[in-house]
Amino acid sequence: MLDLMSGFISELRNAGLPVSLTENLDAMEAIKHIPLEDRDAFKYALGATLVKNNAHWRSFETVFEVYFSLRGPEYAIADDADAGDFWREMQEQLQSQDGDSRGAAGGAMDQMTPEEMMAMLMKALMAGDQALMRALARQAVQRFAGMEPGRPVGGTYYLYRTLRNLDLDSMPEKLMEASRDEVGGQLTPLEERLERDEHEHRIEQFKQEIEAEIRRRLVADRGAEAMAKTLRKPLPEDVEFMHASRDEMQGLKKALQPLTRKLAARLARKRKHERRGPLDFRSTVRHSLSYGGVPADPRFKYPRPAKPELMVVADISGSVAAFARFTLMLVYAIQGQFSKVRSYVFIDGIDEVTDFFKGTEDISEAIHKVNTEADVIWVDGHSDYGHAFEVFWEKYGRDVGPKTTVLLLGDARNNYHASQSWVIKEIRQKARHVYWLNPEPRSYWNTGDSIVGEYATHTDGVYECRNMRQLEAFVEKLA
Amino acid sequence: MAPRFESVQSVRDGLRKVNYLADDGIAGVAFLADRLGKPILVEGPAGTGKTQLAKSIADMTGARLIRLQCYEGLDESKALYEWNYKKQLLRIQADRKSDSWSEIHDDIFGPDFLLTRPLLEAITADDPVVLLIDEVDRVEVETEALLLEILSEYQVSIPELGTITAKQIPLVFLTSNNTRELSEALKRRCLFLHVDYPDMHREKEIVLAKVEGVSQNLADQIARIVRSIRQLDLKKAPSVSETLDWARTLVLLGIEHIEAEQAKETLHILLKYQTDIAKAAKELSVDK
Repeated sequence: MLDLMSGFISELRNAGLPVSLTENLDAMEAIKHIPLEDRDAFKYALGATLVKNNAHWRSFETVFEVYFSLRGPEYAIADDADAGDFWREMQEQLQSQDGDSRGAAGGAMDQMTPEEMMAMLMKALMAGDQALMRALARQAVQRFAGMEPGRPVGGTYYLYRTLRNLDLDSMPEKLMEASRDEVGGQLTPLEERLERDEHEHRIEQFKQEIEAEIRRRLVADRGAEAMAKTLRKPLPEDVEFMHASRDEMQGLKKALQPLTRKLAARLARKRKHERRGPLDFRSTVRHSLSYGGVPADPRFKYPRPAKPELMVVADISGSVAAFARFTLMLVYAIQGQFSKVRSYVFIDGIDEVTDFFKGTEDISEAIHKVNTEADVIWVDGHSDYGHAFEVFWEKYGRDVGPKTTVLLLGDARNNYHASQSWVIKEIRQKARHVYWLNPEPRSYWNTGDSIVGEYATHTDGVYECRNMRQLEAFVEKLA
Repeated sequence: MAPRFESVQSVRDGLRKVNYLADDGIAGVAFLADRLGKPILVEGPAGTGKTQLAKSIADMTGARLIRLQCYEGLDESKALYEWNYKKQLLRIQADRKSDSWSEIHDDIFGPDFLLTRPLLEAITADDPVVLLIDEVDRVEVETEALLLEILSEYQVSIPELGTITAKQIPLVFLTSNNTRELSEALKRRCLFLHVDYPDMHREKEIVLAKVEGVSQNLADQIARIVRSIRQLDLKKAPSVSETLDWARTLVLLGIEHIEAEQAKETLHILLKYQTDIAKAAKELSVDK
């Protein structure tokens, strides 16, 4: 157990979770009080002592699954069982499990035709029957995934194979029909909507069962450590903008909101506390009354430092679109911290998009509009920083003033067009600051058609902004 | 000291008796907190029953609830203790002649002249208490340090008096709305519990338990609609307390079965932003 725990904790650290020594000891202490057979309680005991940030919970869960998935009562397999034994045992377990949860019908699951199996699945999904769903997930993995011990293929491949055979895409439609039949006739739109959500939820559950099952088998085959390594995912704040998958993007979006709230609170506080304002005479006299008229406790006005004006100029061509979108979202989410925010987007043409954000509280909606409606294509829709900057200077250059901070976002991959870096030089002379944020790793800068170095000489600094953490740090510095 | 709870299950059952429906995580962490003698840091969106959890635990164990509401500018004289200056002054003036200096000095810095504030009160209490430190994320980082000694050692050091150690280890709950990152030192001393929106079944049970006169059918529908609404991309998703308000409204209006029209008309109880209401109304009625 001790070995297992220390392996588990070092894996958590590898995944980026900050687990301190005392927390480790606490966890050890905690599991003494928990009956080990109770897998959920065990998990929560570890979670409560080791994970102190909700954003890290998912990473924790993955590692937990990998290390302890074979240790629940139902999956009790000896650690050193070799692969052959494992398959046989799995088989037996399936039989016995189904036996008690489903009676005779489940026991014969092995002999079912695919059609029968689909019918079973329908039934399970309709009734929301967890036990049956789990049994079916196992059966499906066994039947369709074609897993072989020792084969060096990732879990996603098996998942894909299983799902393709199950044809879950048509499932919502079928389920809808079944629900309609159940009530005998038409559902009101509201009911229909609710039913659909319910079904989606259940199908999602089923998919998770399948994933868990695949993972369980892989762990048994390869061992926890090797598996954990392949499953290791960056924490939300470490996900790179340029290579985020769709799921990770969703996670990022979710992480953005609490982050902006925190950031705004922190900035407001910083602004208030950083230094004292001039003496507040009125308040001082008022407070002196409690000392018999002696002004023993001088009061100061809250300082009101000028808020910076912000101009964001973002490249939204394919490669860096995600990054630009995020930065815009972040900036607008905390726009209260700036006296004015104006934003421009470009590919090879440039367009002002400030108006898209005006009068709407829904930032993602506005971003969507930016992506679809902004007029950013001049010739061929390949990034041309030079031309975009030139036009920017011509059209909006006079709006750049001594209070303005200009933010340039992009990877400076200019497709070998002219750089027109004199524009940046001009801007810098008029503006308070000019910063460049580059979502590429520093080692890629100035390679190929990237000319960030040429622009950099005219800015106040170029910052690498590959993930949320770096972006957050920069924005805090800015405001 | 004897543990307060027998098992995780007993925590759950106990909480259920006082009308708080805990899930495995909540009950498990509460159980551990008692066994390990550690405070619980409860975090999660507003209106998911973080404060209520502390109240319910107090209710269930028959303990007194001592609450410290945190705010910006909270200091030790409000949280820990304060010397009762007026009383000290009176004491000095009362007999100027008799006592020698050292006697008075010893006297006016005694427990009689100490005003206990919530934290000290929780430590010195003889009867069982539950200490609730509410919205701990509102105090400044520096003030957080005030809490550290009490949270890890259950003691308070007063320079003039010495160290006061707890007679019994109280159950401590800290709640946070996560408006800022709490310091590592504080987090390390606590068990962490994230309370999220409940899943559909739990929410239905909560509605059934808390709202009088609601039928199974209606509660089920309410829980399902709320879940659908939470899946939308909203500024502020409806909290449990808002769900309960909504359920009460529907019961008052005598609605047994929610139609899209009625849902739309009462949405403003569930959602507090105009854009959110518009969005939800659109989603619920058009449905494509």
